[in-house]
Amino acid sequence: MIPEIGHFALVVALFMALVQTVMPVVGAYRGIPELMAMGRPAARAQFLFVAVSFAMLTLAFIENDFTVAYVVQNSNSALPIEYRISAVWGAHEGSLLLWVLMLAAWGLAITIFSQSLPEHFLARVMGVMGFISVGFILFILMTSNPFDRLIPGATDGRDLNPLLQDPGLIIHPPMLYMGYVGFSVAFSFAVAALLGGRLDATWARWSRPWTTVAWLFLTIGIVLGSWWAYYELGWGGWWFWDPVENASLMPWLAGTALIHSLAVTEKRGAFKSWTVLLAILAFSLSLLGTFLVRSGVLVSVHAFASDPERGVFILAFLVVVIGASLGLYAWRAPNVYGGGRFRLFSREMLLLANNVLLMAALAAVLMGTMAPIVLDALGLGKISVGPPYFDAVFVPVMLPLVILMGIGPLVSWRSGDMRPVFKKLRVVFIAGLVVGAVLPLVTMGRTTLMVAAASMIAVWAIFSSVQYLRDRLIRRPGNRGLSAGVYGMVIAHAGVGVFVIGATLSSAFSVERDVHVRVGDTVRINDFAFHLEEVKPVRGPNYHSDMARVTVTRDGEQVAVLTPEKRTYFVQTMPMTEASIDATLFRDLYVALAEQRGEDGWALRVYHKPFQAWIWSGPLLMALGGILAASDRRYRTSAKRIVQTRRRSAVGPVVREAKV
Amino acid sequence: MKPRQKRMMLAGMALAGVVVAAVLAINALQGNMAYFFSPSQVVAGAVESGETFRLGGMVRRGTLEKSSASLESRFIVTDNAQQVVVSYSGILPDLFKEGQGTVARGKLGKDGVFYAEEVLAKHDESYMPPEVADAMQPMPYNGTRPQVSAQSVTAEKRNIKVPRSEPVVSLPQVDIE
Repeated sequence: MIPEIGHFALVVALFMALVQTVMPVVGAYRGIPELMAMGRPAARAQFLFVAVSFAMLTLAFIENDFTVAYVVQNSNSALPIEYRISAVWGAHEGSLLLWVLMLAAWGLAITIFSQSLPEHFLARVMGVMGFISVGFILFILMTSNPFDRLIPGATDGRDLNPLLQDPGLIIHPPMLYMGYVGFSVAFSFAVAALLGGRLDATWARWSRPWTTVAWLFLTIGIVLGSWWAYYELGWGGWWFWDPVENASLMPWLAGTALIHSLAVTEKRGAFKSWTVLLAILAFSLSLLGTFLVRSGVLVSVHAFASDPERGVFILAFLVVVIGASLGLYAWRAPNVYGGGRFRLFSREMLLLANNVLLMAALAAVLMGTMAPIVLDALGLGKISVGPPYFDAVFVPVMLPLVILMGIGPLVSWRSGDMRPVFKKLRVVFIAGLVVGAVLPLVTMGRTTLMVAAASMIAVWAIFSSVQYLRDRLIRRPGNRGLSAGVYGMVIAHAGVGVFVIGATLSSAFSVERDVHVRVGDTVRINDFAFHLEEVKPVRGPNYHSDMARVTVTRDGEQVAVLTPEKRTYFVQTMPMTEASIDATLFRDLYVALAEQRGEDGWALRVYHKPFQAWIWSGPLLMALGGILAASDRRYRTSAKRIVQTRRRSAVGPVVREAKV
Repeated sequence: MKPRQKRMMLAGMALAGVVVAAVLAINALQGNMAYFFSPSQVVAGAVESGETFRLGGMVRRGTLEKSSASLESRFIVTDNAQQVVVSYSGILPDLFKEGQGTVARGKLGKDGVFYAEEVLAKHDESYMPPEVADAMQPMPYNGTRPQVSAQSVTAEKRNIKVPRSEPVVSLPQVDIE
């Protein structure tokens, strides 16, 4: 009964989404308040029914209902409860249902937090969100129903893919999807503004917090995925330029550009049509990512068995969404007035450079990701594009961006004066050069030209952010505190610097050794001695494993005891490497047990990775910055002000141009 | 600056960015593309020695040999028509198995052995890289072709394992020292 309730609730949700799509938009077009007002309750009802549907699927997993095909494929009675729950999004059908749940949740959030939006605008936003929901619920119902019964039922399930039985994978997909789907809000706002023909600073102000929240979820999602690949795949890499990773990086790059472009549109009224285009682009890339991952066209290390027929549906939906929104853009955008003027040296210009560089990086990643697919489709051969390509195109574009990032915040809008800016940054610049050059020498004892350059740029990014904060604190009017947005930006920018330091030093100075050892042998890396004490069998709930004990000593003193495992799961009988990592701020010691070779011989991966923790800390700082920026009071006060103005005069929202 | 000049400059900057990115990217792309070849293509001489490429097919059963004193391993990759001996020094991925699809990146030696620098991993037992699936030749007919019943087809579609008779392939033996 439970799967049927879930299935039925999803069908009801589809109708709610249809109502949400049609009624408010028709209402806004015809000026019928009753129809416009239907968007909000429809969106709430849609969320309720999708949530019921999702809860039913989860219940089927918890209760081990092996008459449901999807449960049979992805769960097992011996699977621990937390993995039975996360198994809900362990494969295609369930992860799409999660996608739809997230989408409905974003819709619900709009109905709660955007009380201040004008009715016409809200109606259109609801309509666009509803349309996206319709597409994805139809997709689930038509091609990937997770509630399909298996008749006769199975006695037990095939178990969750052992790679996914990991705490990181419980939260990675929901975070990533929150980000992906979150860009639908910015997209809906943009399309609603185009439909209404009004693109102004208020529109940008409404979009900003939503975009930032979506972006920060995506950031966290990508970091979790990278972290998972690092310790769970057992090869110690953290980014492989794999198509599936690129599929999440591309919307992130577009989203980052969008955040900055929105700032210009809100503060200065410039870049309006470009900002709208970016909002469309960010969500289109999210859809493209979903298509790439779910269609099976990709050759990827992250690819799971998938069904190409489903790809056709997403591709068609992709064409409709992108085609329609770009068509609307072409029709409406020329009417949008250009906005404020600015000089060559101004914050606008630096933010423009930010956007140009991010777009260049995005284009390069897109090209490398799509080239194999396009060439194959044209019959020009099957190729793959290796990580050296991405390193070669991505890094040279991103490093100038980080340099400019240090200058941008200190430059005034419209027309900046170079001299005071450079005066403020002179000391920081020199300090950045010195500290950046010395950092690898002090911590690693050696350096190269490239490492020194990247390290200088990274330190500069951190120092200049701090300098900007100091400058703002000195110059603040009266004794008022700075807004959360300022702190958010400073922390996020410093996070970029932290990340660049981690990525540079870890890539340049990691020592990775794959060795053949016998029990009792010692492997030496830098100052560390890894001693393989023993390998003994251990039994887990749904697997048995060989667990090694490796003691690590430095100058005769014990530093860590690592216990890497080689697991074999009972049901899927696939071996799994569980790496063991001792992480400190400045280095990770990483040991993975690969396989038995010979009597008491073992293949072992032994890594020393300096500054690895910085690679995760940097993006987490960026996300923290995002949280602060999105929580800035002015988004709330401005909302209140709009409500008040609207109550006083029926003219519509009037928002004072903010001068910050 | 006048609005028109500004627009021109914006367009110019954007264009310059696109051109620089395109030149950089195309350059790098050409240097880092690796073509995919099946064993049949390799045996037919489609690849020059010294060129890095990817070889894909099935790991032939009973051909995987691992050294017990080092990380050396050797195995045969076949597309059911031709086969290539692969030598790899390193740790094989968890899901690397005889009788399953694999993709390896490396170079063909003068001795006709493919020296792999990397053997690609996959995440899922039932995942077959699309290019490997394309490369596989139809099984040569030898009278014992496994009959696939309708029931097992649906089961396969659902990714449920059903016992199946091993495909029998008769191929010339290759000596691995």
